[in-house]
Amino acid sequence: MNAGPSPVAQAVSAAVARYRADPHYILQMLREIQEACDWISPEAVDRLQQALGLPRTKIEGVAGFYAFLYTRPRGRYRVLFSDNITDRMLGNMELLEYMCNQLWIERGKTSEDALVSVDTASCTGMCDQGPALLVNNFAITRLTRQRVDEICELIRNKVALAAWPREYFRVEDQVRRKDVLLGCELAPGEALAAACARGPEGLLEEMKTSTLRGRGGAGFATGLKWEACRSAPGKARYVVCNADEGEPGTFKDRVLLASHADLVFEGMTLCALAIGAKKGLLYLRGEYRYLLDQLNAVLARRRRGTLLGAGILGRPGFDFDIEIHLGAGAYICGEESALIESLEGKRGTPRNRPPFPVTHGYLNQPTVVNNVETFAASCLVAHRGGAWYAGIGTGASAGTKILSVSGDCARPGLYEYPYGVSVSEVLQACGAGDVQAVQISGPSGVCLAAAEFGQRIAFEDIPTAGAFMVFDHSRDMFEVARNFVHFFAHESCGFCTPCRVGTSLLRNLMDKLNNGHGSPYDFAEIEKLNRILQSMSHCGLGHSACNPVLDTIAKFRPAYERRLQHKEFEPSFNLDWALESARQMTGRDDAGAHFGARAGEDA
Amino acid sequence: MSPSFTIDGRTVAFTEGQTIIQAALAAGVYIPHLCYHPEFKPHGSCKLCTVRVSGRQSASCTTLVQAGMVVESDSPELNDERRVLTQMLFVEGNHFCPSCEKSGDCKLQATAYDLGMMSAHFDHFFPSRPVDASHPDVLLDFNRCILCSLCVRASRDVDGKNVFALSGRGIKTHLIVNAKSGRLADTDVALQDKAMQVCPVGVMLRKDKGFSVPIGRRVFDLKPISAYVDASDAIAKE
Repeated sequence: MNAGPSPVAQAVSAAVARYRADPHYILQMLREIQEACDWISPEAVDRLQQALGLPRTKIEGVAGFYAFLYTRPRGRYRVLFSDNITDRMLGNMELLEYMCNQLWIERGKTSEDALVSVDTASCTGMCDQGPALLVNNFAITRLTRQRVDEICELIRNKVALAAWPREYFRVEDQVRRKDVLLGCELAPGEALAAACARGPEGLLEEMKTSTLRGRGGAGFATGLKWEACRSAPGKARYVVCNADEGEPGTFKDRVLLASHADLVFEGMTLCALAIGAKKGLLYLRGEYRYLLDQLNAVLARRRRGTLLGAGILGRPGFDFDIEIHLGAGAYICGEESALIESLEGKRGTPRNRPPFPVTHGYLNQPTVVNNVETFAASCLVAHRGGAWYAGIGTGASAGTKILSVSGDCARPGLYEYPYGVSVSEVLQACGAGDVQAVQISGPSGVCLAAAEFGQRIAFEDIPTAGAFMVFDHSRDMFEVARNFVHFFAHESCGFCTPCRVGTSLLRNLMDKLNNGHGSPYDFAEIEKLNRILQSMSHCGLGHSACNPVLDTIAKFRPAYERRLQHKEFEPSFNLDWALESARQMTGRDDAGAHFGARAGEDA
Repeated sequence: MSPSFTIDGRTVAFTEGQTIIQAALAAGVYIPHLCYHPEFKPHGSCKLCTVRVSGRQSASCTTLVQAGMVVESDSPELNDERRVLTQMLFVEGNHFCPSCEKSGDCKLQATAYDLGMMSAHFDHFFPSRPVDASHPDVLLDFNRCILCSLCVRASRDVDGKNVFALSGRGIKTHLIVNAKSGRLADTDVALQDKAMQVCPVGVMLRKDKGFSVPIGRRVFDLKPISAYVDASDAIAKE
């Protein structure tokens, strides 16, 4: 009998061959090796190291950074429950516990037969159809107890994921309000043809006239960014689409990519025409793995239609193509310089800036990084002209914005409005009554109380990357803030001291309050941490990590005060809690295994 | 005439391409720092060297000087924030100065003293970080690692070995060594390597040499770290 190469050897050589042994593709290789082998074993690292001629530390450093890559066995079925606050409100933790009980496993640990593990992940972008989970990085939505039962049965019977019922994996668009972008009926190539007729300079002029601003949150003028990249010296220029939609509560890019991928790719091609790029990269978050094959199919179709490749639309020298890179569970890669690091196959740590990507981006060359929605909107500008586009929205915020609405409302989903729409208009449209608060632009954004619902979605009023989470009066805003703080602690990249340690300190403070050991002293501590994180952190993650807490303390103080049992100070250490691990080990929970009040009660 | 800028009111000349910390240290002006080392490419991660330039704070090791820049460094506000950073580094790892062989030669300890840190203030994390005593000449005590990456840069850029790297993420970020076993003994590290000489704290310890300079006569026992301006040479000689 011929044993042949081991499955690991096969997986490694296939991945290395697919990416031509280019070390910039380590992350993609690791991801594919894991898809084939369920984890990245020391043998896989050995083989990859030999094939690429890289130090082992380089590969392990990358593998260790991304939450979805495992250097220890995690089972054949790796289940991750989305743990955004909206999933919590829909009962994800009860379902997680139920699944663990059904499978006889402990959360976060791999079953003894190496079959399955169950844990949580940061928001997977299914907030309008949660609770959701990922199994081997494929999304399952609308979980119920019955569906969990069925999934457990499939896992116990070791049914291959490909044979699971298709309807589990159905993800709906839920577009509730269309405007110029979601309602646009441009045929593939139409915007591109209009742009080619105008020429690169003409296109740039239209982009500047449109005053289109980046939709990822920061709002930089897109036309100016493209122009700066075009005039920056370099050996090559690159177009990068940021589809690492990681801000909890945001899912508009998912729908744009699922149903309007042509617009996104065409926008990237427009940018290539304007700046003279030959290569584009779309960085797709790992949570959207299920979109990869259909996106590649769209790219193939566009190549056949001369909308990509050499001589686009018959224009000599207009050569451009796009490849898709998949992330692997790292929110920080939504930061443009961290995204570029990740595209280069490195740990997703934000770079020191300046220089900015527009002069020193991918492979240190001039690079435009834009959001999915920005590229899609640029097609409208190219087709209808900049002046037309500038006429939509408000003076400082041209065009429309797609909002991802979730939480306590009758009709969650996507709502596209011209800029300037008020928060209360959106609340009315989505059928939200009895609203206590709205979190806009995710944990790093702003939490609005009822008195502020007259404010408008616009760069000059409330800027947003798109998340719009609604909380009614039954919700505990302290729990909302605590969920966000845990998110930041989990997603901090660990590069700089203030964010690496500060986000964990903040998480511990919020847990201390939650455990009934808070005092006004802790409010002062939170404010002190906020000052350090704001002024000392390396990037926006650290700068905004305290926002949800400061906002909710200011606007929903009773939610905090309910938890304060002490007027001055209370240490976080508690003798009775310290015995918890001993109680767990001995299986005891009687009075003699407790200190203090609890022991008194039982006695 | 060479261009100049001011730091804490003092006018300092600089040459084009220098970072703020380079120009300041060259002029004898101390800016607290841990991950910065004059011989290596700046990392910009510890943030101790943060200064204020026209209202904005940025790491002085990654910010280029410009003529006429007005830099604020030795102010009570900045030193307060720096002290919090040292407290964060203390609670994140396991730093037991009285029993540490590097006490008195440790930049973290010296910087904390210099900034007037009287307590760790925050609750300790007490992480579990087993030591690596596998190598015949060197002991690795990860408990004291502050993730400055100086050993990573020295091994990669000077020794050409890539013995060290950072792995993990967030608060779980940690130092790894270049061996399948994960043990230092199975790497090609050598005592003479630059990587062995740059640790600002007490992660890398020579096994055959202990307490050869008595406590009380060590680098920072003699004078505070700020008086050295750049203590890298003094520590390397020790």
